[in-house]
Amino acid sequence: MSLSVKHLLGIKELSRQDIEQIFLTADNFKQVLQRPIKRVPTLRDTTVVNLFFENSTRTRLSFELAEKRLSADTINFAVSGSSVSKGETLIDTVNNILAMKVDMVVMRHSASGAPWFLSQHIDASIINAGDGTNEHPTQALLDAYSIREKLGDLKGKRVTIIGDIMHSRVALSNIFCLNKLGAEVTVSGPPTLIPKHIEALGVRVEYNLKKALEWCDVANVLRIQLERQHKPLFSTLREYALYYGVNKQLLDSLSKEILIMHPGPINRGVEINSDVADSKQSIILDQVENGVAIRMAVIYLLSGKREVGD
Amino acid sequence: MKSNPYNLKTLLDNKQLNITLQRLAHQLVENHLDFKETAIIGIQPRGVWLSDRIAQMVKAITANKRIDYGKLDITFYRDDVHQARDIQVPSQTDISFSVQDRNVILIDDVLHTGRTIRAAMDALIDFGRPRNVELMVLIDRHFSRELPIQPDYVGQTIDTIITQKVKVYWAEKDNKDEVVLID
Repeated sequence: MSLSVKHLLGIKELSRQDIEQIFLTADNFKQVLQRPIKRVPTLRDTTVVNLFFENSTRTRLSFELAEKRLSADTINFAVSGSSVSKGETLIDTVNNILAMKVDMVVMRHSASGAPWFLSQHIDASIINAGDGTNEHPTQALLDAYSIREKLGDLKGKRVTIIGDIMHSRVALSNIFCLNKLGAEVTVSGPPTLIPKHIEALGVRVEYNLKKALEWCDVANVLRIQLERQHKPLFSTLREYALYYGVNKQLLDSLSKEILIMHPGPINRGVEINSDVADSKQSIILDQVENGVAIRMAVIYLLSGKREVGD
Repeated sequence: MKSNPYNLKTLLDNKQLNITLQRLAHQLVENHLDFKETAIIGIQPRGVWLSDRIAQMVKAITANKRIDYGKLDITFYRDDVHQARDIQVPSQTDISFSVQDRNVILIDDVLHTGRTIRAAMDALIDFGRPRNVELMVLIDRHFSRELPIQPDYVGQTIDTIITQKVKVYWAEKDNKDEVVLID
C-alpha cells in the first residue's frame, strides 16, 4: 500500500493511515538497524539528493544515513560553495541536479513553502526536511514514534510543547501529527512567543509552565531560535531560563514522572538544564535513533510512486 | 470439467494435506535427526503458515522442544520494488538465534518463479553465513522458474501455466486446510 501523497511536504497533507503505515514500516527498519549488517538492498536503483539551503547537523546526517542504509546513492548539496551564491534560482538549481538522473529530493530551506513551490515544477518526489517556520514533518513523525514506543497508542495522551512556538516548524508539525493520532496538545511559553489564535489548531495554551507540565504525559522542549527572532521577544536568556527553563527541581515537584523530549540542538541551561537533558526521563537520544528508521520508512514508501522506466 | 465459474480444482484436500505435511516433517527429521545444528525459517507472509505446522510436527517427532524456528520478511530484498504497482508494507522478521554455521531450512508455500527464494537467500545471508541452506515448499509449480532454484523437499509438483493461480488455505486463518488450483 502506498502513501496517499507523492511528496512529504508536511504532516498537514498526511492522513492518519499514512502516519500509521510509516510507523509500521519504521518498526521493520528499526529491527534492520539492530542487526550486524544494518543495510538492505531495496533502493539500489535510486539516487537521492540532499539539498540543504540552511544549516543542519542531525537532520542531514540522519537523512544521509537513512539513504545509505537503504542502499540508495546519495549526493549532498550545501548552499555555501554552490552556484546559489552566484545568483542561480531554486528551480534552475534543482532542474540541473535532476538532469543528472536524481529520483528524490530531500530539501531544507529557510523560506516557508519552498518545497511546495518546487513540487509544482518538478517530477521527482520531494521530502521536506524543514521549511522556514512552516513544517518539519520527519521530526514530528519521529517524535510521535518515540512517544508511541514508550507509552503505546497516542490516543488520549497529553503532550505539552514548550518554548518558541511562533518560530518553530517542529511545533507546527507536531501539533498536526499529534492531533491526527488523537493526542491532546498544550503549548506553553512566554506570550510573545505564542502566536495569537493558535487555539484554532485545536491546542490549549497555558502560560504557567508548572501547570502545563503537571497536565501532561510528555513534554517536548523546543530550542530558542535566536536566529529567527528579528526583534527582542524576551529580555534576556537568563530571564527566559528562570520562567520557562525545564530543570530537575521543577520536574521533581510534579506529582508524576513525565517524558522529556527535545528536537535538538540543545541550549543547555536555557530551555533545558543538563540535569534534565541527561536524566532517565529524557528520551532525546531515542529520538535521534528513531529518526533514521522513520526517514528510511518515508523514503522507502515514497520511492514506490515512481513510474517504471523513469 | 465442472460447471464452476472459477474453475477450481482441489490439489490437496484436508486429509491429503495432512498426510503430505507429516511426510515433509519426517523427511526433515530423517536428514537432520535431533535438529541441534539445524534451524527452520519460514518466509513471510504466506510461508509461515506452513512453517508453523512443520516446526510443530518436527518438535513432536524429535521430542526436542527447543528447535530454533524463525520468520523472515524479504520485502526489502525484492528485485521488483519499483515495478510492482503498489509498494509493499513489510511483515515482521523474527530470528532470535544465530544462523552462522547452521543448517537452515527455508520454508515457503508455493514455489513459482524462484524470485522470492532468491530474495530470501540474500536476506538470510545478512544475518550470518549458514553452513548450508535447503528449501522446502508445499507446491512446486514446475516449468515456471525464472531463476535456477530447485526445492529439496516438495509436497506436490504440478505443471501450470502463468495465468493459473495456486491458493493454499490454512485452518488457522481460513477455517479449512486445502490447496486449490484456480484457472
